[in-house]
Amino acid sequence: MENVLTVTELTQSIKFLLESSFGFLWVTGEISNLRQPGSGHVYFTLKDENSQIRAVLFRQSLKKIGFDLEDGMSIVCRGRLSVYQQRGEYQLILDMAEPRGLGALQMAFEQLKKRLEEEGLFDPSHKKEIPFLPHRIGVVTSATGAAIRDILNITERRFPSIDILIAPVRVQGIEAPPEICEAISVLNTAEDVDVIIVTRGGGSLEDLFPFNDERVARSIYASRVPVISAVGHEIDFTIADFVADLRAPTPSAAAELVVPMKRELVETVETLHARMTGVHRRLRERLAEKTVFFRKRLKDPKRRIEDLRINVDDMTEKLADNLGYGFDTRNNHLQNLTGLLKLMNPSVRINNDLLKLDNLKKNMIAGYYRLVDDFKHKLQKNMAMLDILSPLAVLERGYGIVRKLPDGDIIKDVSSVTAGNQVNIRISSGTFNAKVTEVSREKKDERKEV
Amino acid sequence: MKEKKFEEALERLEEIVKKMEGGDMTLEESLEAFEEGVKLSRFCSKKLDEAERKVEILLKDDEGVDIKPFTGGEENGR
Repeated sequence: MENVLTVTELTQSIKFLLESSFGFLWVTGEISNLRQPGSGHVYFTLKDENSQIRAVLFRQSLKKIGFDLEDGMSIVCRGRLSVYQQRGEYQLILDMAEPRGLGALQMAFEQLKKRLEEEGLFDPSHKKEIPFLPHRIGVVTSATGAAIRDILNITERRFPSIDILIAPVRVQGIEAPPEICEAISVLNTAEDVDVIIVTRGGGSLEDLFPFNDERVARSIYASRVPVISAVGHEIDFTIADFVADLRAPTPSAAAELVVPMKRELVETVETLHARMTGVHRRLRERLAEKTVFFRKRLKDPKRRIEDLRINVDDMTEKLADNLGYGFDTRNNHLQNLTGLLKLMNPSVRINNDLLKLDNLKKNMIAGYYRLVDDFKHKLQKNMAMLDILSPLAVLERGYGIVRKLPDGDIIKDVSSVTAGNQVNIRISSGTFNAKVTEVSREKKDERKEV
Repeated sequence: MKEKKFEEALERLEEIVKKMEGGDMTLEESLEAFEEGVKLSRFCSKKLDEAERKVEILLKDDEGVDIKPFTGGEENGR
């Protein structure tokens, strides 16, 4: 049996073959089974639809990539292939990784923002109030940059006597974050500093990286003195912007926010002072006038008595006048009443009434005679009428009245008699009895007696 | 922060002026108010008149931190 290899010899051959033929390589895949034991190194499986490969990122490399690896994350990474002899396994040892889609910086930013937000560092209730007129403004920025010049110019223009204390720092590069943190901390101990501006001029997202640093964020959060961040980007917010008590888009804007216009304040104070002294002066004048007025009204008591005496005389006179006036009016009234009474004397009425009575009597007598005459006249007329209407007068003209015997009823219709009835006939000069021999009826319209 | 704040003094002054203009004060009250108002107004004016502006810079050395006037020089920027 030739060429028998030990396991170690074989594994070493494989190791040599793999590690020398692949060298550094770029791989893309999705992270799964991620775990980070106490050592701080990160182990995971990199996979796609069909295959998978073990990968490790040592702690030292992990710091450099800036963002946290998570299960399910797609990454592009660089590393070398390595064989772990003890287990006969091969794996990728990575030294660089970037999320796919987002850049690494952007990913780190989003992750840090999310974490700090959850921790409450952006909580509005933690925001401190910016003083209205600061005693001394602490500025954390580069001593040579445009930002500090802008701030000095604006504050000079708005309020020339405001004190400024500059804490010079580097605002880019890996050294920047610790310097910024230290500056904030030192300014917190400096006398009279009651607001801090952390600022730099505009730059790319990479340039702003120190202001997205977690240490800077925590330092701003911890600051006892209120912090304004002005990182020189209108649109992009940095982590510092979120944590700061106030965010200004530019260094100039920060200066305007923190320093009031002196001229306006002077005017306000002067106006208030003028109003106050005006009110005070008017009050004094009014009180002085009142004093004079009341003093004038104060009188010598003797004069008061004299006045009263005159007053009494005056009243007495008026009383007398009033008394006389009362008599006169009453007298007048009485006379008026007397006149009225005279007018209403009853004798006048009585005479009037007697006269009326006399007239009435005369009228009555005249009326009586007229009435009697009337009656006489009517009587004569009626008597004449009576003559005309008397049945005797009719009988005188030859008519007779026929009565049925024995009862004596006047016969007005032939039907009430029959032949043989006894009848009595009255004529003008007397009566005689007769016997009915025949009864005949005449035509209806010629009503004639027998 | 070592003394009264300008903003508070200004607010108090405004309050006093409004109260005085309201006119519901006794003479004594108004005198007291006036006295306080004048003090506040002086304080505010003084704050505004503090003419000397100090622009300083923190300098670090081995011993610690020192404060020097800021001249706009380039040497501190690195």
